[in-house]
Amino acid sequence: MRGYLGVDVGSVSTNIVLIDENENVIETLYIRTQGQPIAAVQRGLEYIRDRIPSGIEIGGIGTTGSGRHLSGIIVGADSVKNEITTHAVAASKLVPGVQTVFEIGGQDSKIIILRNGVVADFAMNTVCAAGTGSFLDQQAARLGIPIEDFGSIALKSKSPVRIAGRCSVFAESDMIHKQQMGHNLADILAGLCEALVRNYLNNVGKGKEILAPVAFQGGVAANVGIKRAFEKALGLEITVPPHFNVMGAVGAAMLARETANKTGRTKFKGFEVAEEKFRAASFECGDCPNLCEVIEISGHGRILARWNDKCGKWSNAEITGVKRNRIENLA
Amino acid sequence: MKVTFPHMGYMYVCLKALLRYLDIDVVVPPMSSKRTMTLGTQHSPEFACLPLKINMGNFIEAYEQGADTILMAGGVGPCRFGYYAQVQREILQDLGYNMNMIILEPPQKHISELIVKIREVTGERSWLDIIRAIRFAWFKARAVDEIERLVHRIRPREIEPGRADEILKKAIGWIDVAEDKKQLDDAVKKARCSLIRIPVDNTRVPVRIGIVGEIYVMLEPFANQEIEKRLGELGVEVERSIYLSEWINDHLFMGLLRMKGSKAARELAPPYINHFVGGHGQETIGSAVMFAREKYDGVIQVQPFTCMPEIVAESILPVVSRDYGLPTFYLILDEHSGDAGVITRLEAFVDLLQRKKEAAADGAGRKGVEQCADI
Repeated sequence: MRGYLGVDVGSVSTNIVLIDENENVIETLYIRTQGQPIAAVQRGLEYIRDRIPSGIEIGGIGTTGSGRHLSGIIVGADSVKNEITTHAVAASKLVPGVQTVFEIGGQDSKIIILRNGVVADFAMNTVCAAGTGSFLDQQAARLGIPIEDFGSIALKSKSPVRIAGRCSVFAESDMIHKQQMGHNLADILAGLCEALVRNYLNNVGKGKEILAPVAFQGGVAANVGIKRAFEKALGLEITVPPHFNVMGAVGAAMLARETANKTGRTKFKGFEVAEEKFRAASFECGDCPNLCEVIEISGHGRILARWNDKCGKWSNAEITGVKRNRIENLA
Repeated sequence: MKVTFPHMGYMYVCLKALLRYLDIDVVVPPMSSKRTMTLGTQHSPEFACLPLKINMGNFIEAYEQGADTILMAGGVGPCRFGYYAQVQREILQDLGYNMNMIILEPPQKHISELIVKIREVTGERSWLDIIRAIRFAWFKARAVDEIERLVHRIRPREIEPGRADEILKKAIGWIDVAEDKKQLDDAVKKARCSLIRIPVDNTRVPVRIGIVGEIYVMLEPFANQEIEKRLGELGVEVERSIYLSEWINDHLFMGLLRMKGSKAARELAPPYINHFVGGHGQETIGSAVMFAREKYDGVIQVQPFTCMPEIVAESILPVVSRDYGLPTFYLILDEHSGDAGVITRLEAFVDLLQRKKEAAADGAGRKGVEQCADI
């Protein structure tokens, strides 16, 4: 039987899942990226390799997340897709009939509107990270509570305090002020949850038509306080699907399956890539005043890919000399 | 006198032709780059919009190359742009750069007002020469537009991505160096031939996106993060709501020539925007309606951060989107250059359109109720 891998390399976490031919999730993994996307992918693959049930052979691999291009090159991905599409694909499979997806991750948050199983609309937070997981992490640390307990403490609140949620800087000073006034921890945490939800619905949701069923996914969906705040604000039941924190990877695996079925083969380089030495380096191209910081990935003593140049001189460098000449002649 | 001007896409090709034709010394500022942006933002008010900042950078870089006179466009509100030339002149003065600024205000009554301004630069040249020069510059604008349009068509269909852009770069160069109408015609012919010889896959049915929004960020690839090229690479056929020659006709010739222009777009804006709101706010909405009627798959609005007319348009766009079932998306541009976020959003938007298109093709005949999207 064939299995398909999905790899989601985000700013905070790297997730890997294995699904089978019927799109059932067999194995999941959630680790911290720690600013080293290549190492995280390699560690993750090693972990998954040891847990693949016997008789399963990898038929395809897909990547997503902000590190999708980089990790796609490392593993030899069949599909490389943005996180909005993968989240939508996974949600429509795991939450039948889903029409709205809230996704709140470490650094970004998005809303996806689906109609008839197709993405009809989406939005992502722009410059402000006020409503995202990192901020919750930071506040939990400041209050000295483990992030895992955040939601359950918030649920105990009888009367949540009002906290300014528009900006994380304002929210923090507002919270400190409320603490000094003597409000209890549960009310403050519940107030923070409501402030974040308000901010999300205003800033990301921006008046979009939110219809049930609503799926809530991404790392922050683990926080029951936020889930309840959403339900209270919308008057709708919110579903937190299984595997909510690795949905991007699940979607990537599903898309990999789709692509591999179309092409009939996979570009997956095998689990050996976990042991390979990859080198990521960057250099500043000084050929024009743009001073592009070109990134270069090499392995096996040869350059696998280059990108991040404006003019395409370096990223296209793989084009062979013959083709180049033909272009010259044309012109 | 060494004359310079700010960059706006390929406008330099026309302005250079105009001035050279009249034997005026021209300093074309170096193409806008990160350095331009750094210089510009360093010496501009923080709250001004992106065009002012990049202009400033252009002027400073032109000064470094010996320019002493600036040709700058003016304007009459409510958009702030009309005030920019004055602000820039003050800043340059404060910096100790001794440059004379000639501001070409859009003619209020008659095109002669513009010609009087041009006289400031041209000195004793005869009227006939000046008109000939303008005509030649005009032909260059038309030539650039024609080539750009062709490239928009080829990009999503080319078999080896990147070739159309290579030739585009060269073609602009050929048009730029042409010294008379004959050479210009040859340059265009050569460019056309090179472009149509690019191997393309004509069986592809690309997603079609119309780009609307503020004129400067629409025409200047450096400011809009090369949105047209990026969309082309994603397999999208792009059409822009306004081209250089149309802008010149609208704003400098007072629409004297009969060609598609912003008037048509403005007429389509009601009932969404019934009157002028400054800048191109009305045209943005009107053009979106035009693209919707021409059955485009989606519309992207580009705007510089804090652009008032475009903010007005942005808030009205969802209504157009709902009425026509046309997905729309907006991109706010400022000095940030990180492109990962832009690429993710563009990719997701194109995915949305592609899947919608596929679903529509599959479901033709089934329940044909199109769902509207308002982004």
